[in-house]
Amino acid sequence: MTETFTIHVDGEERTIAAEGSMPLLYALIGDLEKRGPKFGCGLAQCGACTVLHDGFAVRSCALPLAAVTGKVRTLDGLAPTGRPHPVQAAFIAEEAGQCEYCINGWIMTAVALLERNPTPGDPEIHTALAGLKCRCGAHMSILRAIRRAARTMAGETPERSDA
Amino acid sequence: MKGRDAAIDIARRDLLKGGAALVVAVAVPGIAFSRPARAAALSPARPLDPGQLDTWLAIDRDGLVTGYWGKMDMGQGVDTAIAQIVAEELDVAVGRVTIVFGDSALCADQGGASGSTGLERSGVAFRAAAAEARLVLLERAAVRLDAPLEALSVRNGVVQIEGHAGRSVTYAALVAGGTFDAPIGWNGEYGNDLGLSGRARPKDPAAYRVVGTSVPRKDIAGKILATTEYLHHLRLPGMLHGRMVRPPVAGARVGRVRRESLGDIPGVQVVVDRDFVGVVAPREWDAIRAARQLDVEWDEAGAGFPVTSDELFRWIREAPPAASKIEVDVGDTASALGAAAKVIAAEYEWPFQSHARMAPAAAVADVREGEATVWTDSQKPFDTARGAALLLGAQRGTRRAPAVRSVWMPGPGSYGRSDAGDGAMDAVVLSEAVGAPVRVQWMRHEGHAWDPKGPASVVTCRAGFAADGEAVAWHFHLKGFSRRDQNSREDAPSEVLAGHLLGHESTPQWVMGTPENSYGFPNKRYSWEALAPLRRQASPLRTSHFRDPYGPEVHFAAESFIDEMAFAAGVDPLAFRLRQAREERDVAVLQAAADLAAWIPRTSPRRRREPGGHFVGTGIAYAQRGGSVNAVVAEIEVDPETGRVRVRRLWVGADHGLVVNPFTLDRTIEGNLLQATSRTLFEEVKFDRRAVLSEDWASYPILEAADAPDEIRIRQIDRPELGPRGAGEPTTRVVPPAIANAVYDAIGVRLRRVPFTKARVKAALGAA
Repeated sequence: MTETFTIHVDGEERTIAAEGSMPLLYALIGDLEKRGPKFGCGLAQCGACTVLHDGFAVRSCALPLAAVTGKVRTLDGLAPTGRPHPVQAAFIAEEAGQCEYCINGWIMTAVALLERNPTPGDPEIHTALAGLKCRCGAHMSILRAIRRAARTMAGETPERSDA
Repeated sequence: MKGRDAAIDIARRDLLKGGAALVVAVAVPGIAFSRPARAAALSPARPLDPGQLDTWLAIDRDGLVTGYWGKMDMGQGVDTAIAQIVAEELDVAVGRVTIVFGDSALCADQGGASGSTGLERSGVAFRAAAAEARLVLLERAAVRLDAPLEALSVRNGVVQIEGHAGRSVTYAALVAGGTFDAPIGWNGEYGNDLGLSGRARPKDPAAYRVVGTSVPRKDIAGKILATTEYLHHLRLPGMLHGRMVRPPVAGARVGRVRRESLGDIPGVQVVVDRDFVGVVAPREWDAIRAARQLDVEWDEAGAGFPVTSDELFRWIREAPPAASKIEVDVGDTASALGAAAKVIAAEYEWPFQSHARMAPAAAVADVREGEATVWTDSQKPFDTARGAALLLGAQRGTRRAPAVRSVWMPGPGSYGRSDAGDGAMDAVVLSEAVGAPVRVQWMRHEGHAWDPKGPASVVTCRAGFAADGEAVAWHFHLKGFSRRDQNSREDAPSEVLAGHLLGHESTPQWVMGTPENSYGFPNKRYSWEALAPLRRQASPLRTSHFRDPYGPEVHFAAESFIDEMAFAAGVDPLAFRLRQAREERDVAVLQAAADLAAWIPRTSPRRRREPGGHFVGTGIAYAQRGGSVNAVVAEIEVDPETGRVRVRRLWVGADHGLVVNPFTLDRTIEGNLLQATSRTLFEEVKFDRRAVLSEDWASYPILEAADAPDEIRIRQIDRPELGPRGAGEPTTRVVPPAIANAVYDAIGVRLRRVPFTKARVKAALGAA
């Protein structure tokens, strides 16, 4: 049954007419034309669809629209003033990723981690990233970017690292 | 949205009209993302004659250069490297060069992404085209400036007379937004073999200023800032969303379809054509619900597989081959083995593996009466267009097939003949059936269980040693499924899943693989036997090219066995390889990797155990691939409690000929190394007699961040005199044996079956 839902996405109230069981991802891509979150599995197994829901990284492919109660932040909304988020800047500087289809998940998960804990060690980083997939095998550059973002957010100014 | 749609219409109209003299700038999806703010104009009037310079290069009124490239970048920065080559030869800033690729209406067919030939073949062709363009422009400048050719030089797109800074003319002024209207030598071939040569001599590599530098990839920022339009975002006016319905048993035929089972899902249509079943609906979620809900009766007679994945290797050993061949035969291997003082033998097993792209297949097709457009993320869009035209021709019977244009847009990474080509044809069939543009997105279970697979195989190796311990004979024998049950290009209905479902018979080819190295054993035989597919039509286990086809399988066996030979001869594995390798480049990469790793010679496994309880070991492997050669040393740990193998460090000696962009080459190698590590440690397609059981990331695990090595160090050996060689695949094949050899060093047990799962490693430890 189609209902009307009002959700808060990237600082805006948006109204969606859909089934309450429809995952948030389809509203983000189909109705709101977001380009950050991607469909990867629909099973919460890969993270390509990750958004922040009240600051927590969640899989929008498995979050029913009817369960969206908090503020949603997407990759599209990460740089509202046009200035890249430090995590985005770090990913660009490191040329992290290859095809970049999965990169949304890594960035949004890193944002959720670093905004809560700006000085994580590798075990914390690995725990936060558990479950995220990158089929290109670009993990080394992604990990370099996340460590770089952490340093930036702690006030340092790192160089582009050698591979 | 409106603006873009209008632009598409203009592009299509003008492109199909052809011959229009007016040069218009159009925004075509898939191209817009990579353009600078004001890119060179795309002229629908451009010829697509490979013998014309205008096919390859354009310079607009502002001096911006566009290269029209017939290969592809799938995320490794190859287009950036092509831009560097063009900038180098033309003497313009690399930031003023844009590379357009993936549009069958704008680019000549150089084969798409294929066999790591992006730079080796098409880079060399572009070098010739750009050098020729520079010469043509200099000749025009000589007339304009009334000066001899040899007095002219070029700086950043400005031609000047040496010593007369005031007398100059820009490239832009020399072409004035028009064309070169000049020929370039073309060898008459299309695809990977397309070659170009001109009157101009390309630069001496010693003079390179742009080639050999780490120019950043241009596409990254848009993807990270979420401004890039992926294929998955494309929405056309009136477009419907499509989903496919797959049978529960491989090869089951469609019986009764109960459309009433869909209830009141709005606007849904069901498309049934022979064994092809799909649904379309205006809203994506409705198409997904309809595909799940549709009640189809399946006829399972004759469906399924004759074997399960648990019995697969016994099946491979026992099945009669459909074809066989001796590829390499040096000396008399059989006699030498018979006369040897000592013979060793071993067998190595590799399972079916899935491309398992980050997202399953997606495509948008807009099929009209006389024309059709397919937006695809296939790495071979020229073949997508070709295959779609043939498929539509067959669907229409006597009616004429439309002219098909394919337009590539970014999608998930692609490592060969993945499901992309199958999804594109599904969209074509659905759009033709419902008379509207259709966007197809496969679901995850299709991406894993129905994509083409890498082949399963068993390799048998035997080696003979003389009484003095010298290795005198090696027989390598591969038995397994062909790597090409379907073509590596979706260029015909027989080569795609939709075609099979519509009754087009598959045409398996017998293509296998053998080791590539320079080992100089006096007696050497490489042979293979190929098996017929387990199901011929519409099989979820149909094979096709998966990154470095048969490379990891063959070299897992070959380079593991070389290690076994070394230990059998009582020689350190590095020293054994250095003694047998006959080519200087091979020796150089082996030494480079060993240097980086500070290799410690050994003649038996060291079984080092750390205070924490982990066993630690190192192993080496090397292989050629085409014109590239690589060696890798792996350091691994084995946790005896869990059986987990983790790669800690990888040291690589890498020779890919001329290095065009060191930074992206390192990134490309890293991707090879990690994907190959994943295939070695985790990946196996499971199936029972009904269906493929590996259908998501839980049932087909791959490497995650916590499995990434602590460190990778790469020493690039730059060989400008060779020109660029392929890098997209060659470092894949050395990883499985390096890990296996390192595990042997750590625990003294050979792992001869991939993947090295925790359970298998624990069992091996129990046997140690």
